[in-house]
Amino acid sequence: MTAGAAAAGGPVRSRGARGFARALDNRNLLGLLFMLPAAALLLVFLTYPLGLGIWLGFTDTKIGRAGHWVGLANYLYLAGDAVARLSVFNTIVYTVVASTVKFALGLWLALLLNEKLPFKSLLRAIVLLPFIVPTALSAIAFWWIYDAQFSVISWMLVRLGWIHQYIDFLGDPWLARMSTIIANIWRGVPFVAICLLAGLQTISPSYYEAASLDGASSWQKFRYVTMPLLTPIIAVVMTFSVLFTFTDFQLIYVLTRGGPANATHLMATLSFQRAIPGGALGEGAALAVAMIPFLLAAILFSYFGLQRRAWQQGGDA
Amino acid sequence: MSDSKRRDFLKATAGVAAGAALGGGSALWPADSAAAEYKLTPEKGAKLRLLRWKRFVEGDEKLWMENTKKFTEKTGIPVQVDNESWEDVRPKAAVAANIGSGPDLILGWLDDPFQYTDKLVDVTDLANYLGAKYGGWYDICRTYGMHGKRWMSIPVGIVGNAIVYRDSHVKAAGFDGIPKDSAGFLKLCQALKAKGTPAGFAFGHAVGDGNAWCNWLLWQQGGKLVDAHNNVVINSPETIAALEYAKEIYETFIPGTLSWGDPSNNKAFLGGQISLTANGISIYYVAKQSPDPQMKAMAEDIQHARFPIGPVGKPTEFNLFTQMMIFKYSKYPNAAREYLRFMMEGDQYNPWMKAAIGYVSQPLKAYAANPMWTDDPKATPYRDDAAVTLSDGYAGTLGYASAAVMADYVVVDMFASVVSGAKSPKDAAALAEKQALRYYKV
Repeated sequence: MTAGAAAAGGPVRSRGARGFARALDNRNLLGLLFMLPAAALLLVFLTYPLGLGIWLGFTDTKIGRAGHWVGLANYLYLAGDAVARLSVFNTIVYTVVASTVKFALGLWLALLLNEKLPFKSLLRAIVLLPFIVPTALSAIAFWWIYDAQFSVISWMLVRLGWIHQYIDFLGDPWLARMSTIIANIWRGVPFVAICLLAGLQTISPSYYEAASLDGASSWQKFRYVTMPLLTPIIAVVMTFSVLFTFTDFQLIYVLTRGGPANATHLMATLSFQRAIPGGALGEGAALAVAMIPFLLAAILFSYFGLQRRAWQQGGDA
Repeated sequence: MSDSKRRDFLKATAGVAAGAALGGGSALWPADSAAAEYKLTPEKGAKLRLLRWKRFVEGDEKLWMENTKKFTEKTGIPVQVDNESWEDVRPKAAVAANIGSGPDLILGWLDDPFQYTDKLVDVTDLANYLGAKYGGWYDICRTYGMHGKRWMSIPVGIVGNAIVYRDSHVKAAGFDGIPKDSAGFLKLCQALKAKGTPAGFAFGHAVGDGNAWCNWLLWQQGGKLVDAHNNVVINSPETIAALEYAKEIYETFIPGTLSWGDPSNNKAFLGGQISLTANGISIYYVAKQSPDPQMKAMAEDIQHARFPIGPVGKPTEFNLFTQMMIFKYSKYPNAAREYLRFMMEGDQYNPWMKAAIGYVSQPLKAYAANPMWTDDPKATPYRDDAAVTLSDGYAGTLGYASAAVMADYVVVDMFASVVSGAKSPKDAAALAEKQALRYYKV
């Protein structure tokens, strides 16, 4: 503002005010002014913490004492640390399996809900339920479902005589991974389904009519009408879904704390464990920063891979 | 209780009972003549904020608040008490120390004060005063509370573990109680399994129970993470022996203990799934307080014992330790000291410890004579926590490394990876060594 007034060059107040008013007529300046609050918010709440996190990753900062620049030492250590490597592996398995299944189930649900169904709105509301329940609460419900001694699933199967010993849902490394993934899927499917449903409803029925006239089968209609038109939405939804899954924390923290023997530690949970209870802020920050390339890759893949293909296949974009 | 048991118990506690009788009266522990006078004038207009861990048993919080109210009435200093889940207090305290702002006082855990030694108000005079007045501090309090020659926190108590078992099940398995040696303990667990009333101890990421159990496993065979000079010595034949022992005893457990968190053994025990575990007094407390006659019967059957002693020949237990810290950024350090003194004086501390029904045991020796430890003989084993417990940095010193190693579950995961069959004892010990070296080189 002062810059604008100074640019108008008026030492006298009335001239200054006039200069200010004239400056406001400038579209560029006005645009800049309007963007300032948003930019300030981004700077303070996003750029600064991110920058600080990246900087901490290059230091040996401990909680309660300042750190020194150590260059890549944290990253080199993490690369050689069996637990950190395991957490990267777990995170990738977790994200790939959960996201794939969430997509398949979500799309399927969306297609079903897009059909003419009785009580359509009620059904749609019900589908959203798992997404509405706070994660910490649903995680506690799963914690009981997966309990080694009191699992309702084990109890039922034992009563039915199908198994003789309670299932060790969270005690066996692969069972534990799968159990946490299933909990994540349960929670994540509604988001995918509802978003895709919204996408489906933007597709004009005339395309389907035209396809019918051309004698397309249901599969062909899905393959050549629905899929291409839905791809941009899929790209956005799946990007978010992958980001949420990759950075999941609460589920793991409530269910296993990363156990048994770190078999379910994700990068996010291990980063917290090292940084806050463990006090190694620098190392924890480095581990968190190490998630960024993966996330960027996911975003770039969806952007260049999925979006562009949609344009090429000639939606109406 | 059988006759023989009662006799044993009387023998074991006679000394204490006599002590309590001698000390009787409302001002149970009159000031020692040697006790230094301790006088402080709180700052004018002082007000305090305390962050403490959320109670495990109701009586604790009730009495704590009553005592605090008494303090405010006497001194006119208002005290705001915030409660946080016990695991969240450590990171919050660390952050407060780091940024130099937060509650004046924090009731913290274990080696917390060692993370930020220079950010804490010196409480040496107060500690000396309390020690002189109340029979002296247990050694473990010096380990956790002192930095060099100075006290940086006031120990408040041990949140102790003991073996919790169903007396009738142990008898049915052919044992008269918990064997005193770890070899006999293994045999007991095997017998319990054969009877279909197995034991269960946490091998998951259970901050309290997992660390307490696994540290005992390691230490009883003579294994340890570091020696007295903080050299990492985990990769040793003793550790391998401890891992082999763990493998054998894990075989006798109820399935699923690899996934156990802190509440799991409580649930399993109260649900009748296990007959032996290690825990605070809370399992017994819940059973005793329950209106359900079945639970009441279980409370009758519950007994407590100290951990067995391994080949190393001395107690090797690990218990949670809690202490109060005053931060230098506080504007009212004298008021904070005064509050601490008030809360630790016998008139406040004894009723509070009693209300916590054995969940917290005394850091000052005179308080061991509190009749609560013998009124219900089932509480007695918890009385001696402070006398037998080792620190989480055993056998080295406390500091950043000891806290980090515990937070990273280095010891717990070493055991978990062996008992699950994922790693050989040799590989697990080597990995733990590598992980510990990372922290101890700082």
